[in-house]
Amino acid sequence: MSDARGHALGLKGLTKRYGEFTAVEDVSLEVGQGEFLTLLGPSGSGKTTILMAVAGFVAPSAGAILLDGRDITPLPPEKRNFGMVFQGYALFPHMTVAENIAFPLRVRGLSRADRDAKVRAALDLVQLATFAERLPRQLSGGQQQRVALARALVFDPALLLLDEPLSALDKKLRAELQEELKALHRRVGRTFVNVTHDQEEALSLSDRIAILNHGRLVQQGAPGLLYERPRTRFVADFLGKSNFLEGTVVEAAAGGFALDSGVSVRLPDGAAPPPAGSRSLLSLRPEKVALLAEGEAADNVAEGRILSWSYLGAGFALRVATERLGEIRASLPSWQAAIAPAEGLPVRLGWSAEAAVPVEEDAA
Amino acid sequence: MTAAGRPGAGWWWLILPAFLLLVVFYVAPILQVLAISVTEPEPGLGNYERLFTSGAVQRVIVTTLRICLITTVLALLLGYAIAYAITLASPRARGWWILAVLVPLWISVLVRAFAWVTLLRRQGLVNNTLMEAGIISEPLPLVWNEFGIVVGMVHYMVPFAVLPMLASMREIDPRLLAAARGLGGSRGQVFRRVFLPLSMPGVIAAAVLVFIFTLGFYITPAILGGGKTLMVAEWIGLQILDLIRWGLGTMMATMLVVAILVTLAVFSRIVDLRRIFGAGA
Repeated sequence: MSDARGHALGLKGLTKRYGEFTAVEDVSLEVGQGEFLTLLGPSGSGKTTILMAVAGFVAPSAGAILLDGRDITPLPPEKRNFGMVFQGYALFPHMTVAENIAFPLRVRGLSRADRDAKVRAALDLVQLATFAERLPRQLSGGQQQRVALARALVFDPALLLLDEPLSALDKKLRAELQEELKALHRRVGRTFVNVTHDQEEALSLSDRIAILNHGRLVQQGAPGLLYERPRTRFVADFLGKSNFLEGTVVEAAAGGFALDSGVSVRLPDGAAPPPAGSRSLLSLRPEKVALLAEGEAADNVAEGRILSWSYLGAGFALRVATERLGEIRASLPSWQAAIAPAEGLPVRLGWSAEAAVPVEEDAA
Repeated sequence: MTAAGRPGAGWWWLILPAFLLLVVFYVAPILQVLAISVTEPEPGLGNYERLFTSGAVQRVIVTTLRICLITTVLALLLGYAIAYAITLASPRARGWWILAVLVPLWISVLVRAFAWVTLLRRQGLVNNTLMEAGIISEPLPLVWNEFGIVVGMVHYMVPFAVLPMLASMREIDPRLLAAARGLGGSRGQVFRRVFLPLSMPGVIAAAVLVFIFTLGFYITPAILGGGKTLMVAEWIGLQILDLIRWGLGTMMATMLVVAILVTLAVFSRIVDLRRIFGAGA
């Protein structure tokens, strides 16, 4: 691989309509050099359409696609010089692994010697050197995925586009290849744009995540930021699990506020509290809810009875019916569980004032 | 599958009627043809000797092979273009295309042969139009020769070429073509390096089908050849019906069957024939 750093990609007001249906609406995004960006959303959120527009297979209805500031919107796919890993890999079934990887070099008219050298380097990169003469159907899913990666990287593309690269694999292999993909990204230092509906994959792989819903960009940021400070109910719900607590603000000060239901919230520095009297929606992650021992205090306490529970090995997932706040889900590490859960058992739940995060109701 | 406990018993009575029908009306006549070819006019391989000694016999075989090869190549080229267009067409247009390919199959081969005679004869539509336009001064010899036979046979064979190639092309994952473009291939390169190789099973299937079909073609060459250019099937008819040389006719018929079997045997080494002729995977 060459030593070139990745290139920067920009989307400006990207819109795609199919007749009456708007698949992507006014999406603007910047992907920095060497960054790993994931477009995350449920099916039909427009994430694949955006990727296909970047790759050149879909012509946008409006807006522009910029590479290092240069408008590439009118270029056909073969002129963009982007590597792409397709869903299901799309390896050429009539070519060996080496021929598959050599394809992008062959169509660029490289000499045989150059081709061979680059193919060998790419095979080494994905640790498949001994599989060069196999046909794709003789490889496992994980190996096919690595061939697809090698084929997409062998010609030093400006960007690497990944369309649900791990969705065809079973869970264990997926986790393994996630790590490999991450390591590969660090090794080649190129700009990666990944599309997935798998929130865990997005959280573990990306430098930055852009969350899409109904064709719109809902929120973007580092995985930790999105998880800890979701902006809307959709983001809180899609990225991880969340309880939602509603109420009217009765008391607001610079550092936090309280709801009529008794829930108190501490805000991070600089965040403005909602005005007293307004409705507020809070997101509360189940893992931030603790089971309180007799007499133990917390910023927020809710008493209730266990509705149902399940044992997940590493932890318990509880659904608790509380008197003031309705149903609250809590997930507790097994080793910390002070009780043996049972349906109907009275429990006290507690969480700190920082745990709950105010979020916006989704736009209709 | 079978509810019966004894394996191999009973069930094959069910196919016995079909089996008998095949033996009586298909296998028996072929064996009889084979028998006649080594007994008439006298026992021995005298008829088969003619393959090597008779200029007339050799001429018929060479003519037949030449016409069959030309027809196969032309039908494949035309059929490939049509199948490719159908594969790329929108689903709505695809339906109309397939209908247009199939309609000729429903028209009698006799009607089509005579239609070509009408078009191609000396005072036919083609010659008249060309003469009136001043492009030619003398009518072109378009029919009652090899050219006429090839035109009629290609026309008849194109649907048989299109259908297996279309089936094979529609099995090609469109994502492969998108991937090839995305990796930097121009339209031409994508076609040559990805689409064409992946459609080859269909091309081979179509070639076998068309070639075997054309080997035994009777009506179209008889009408469009006008008795001057003889292909094998017509020649056999001539020997048996007009010249009453049963031995020679049946010898050639046997050679025709052998040629078809050899073609199938050769191609079955290259491709999976069961898949081509529609047996389940």
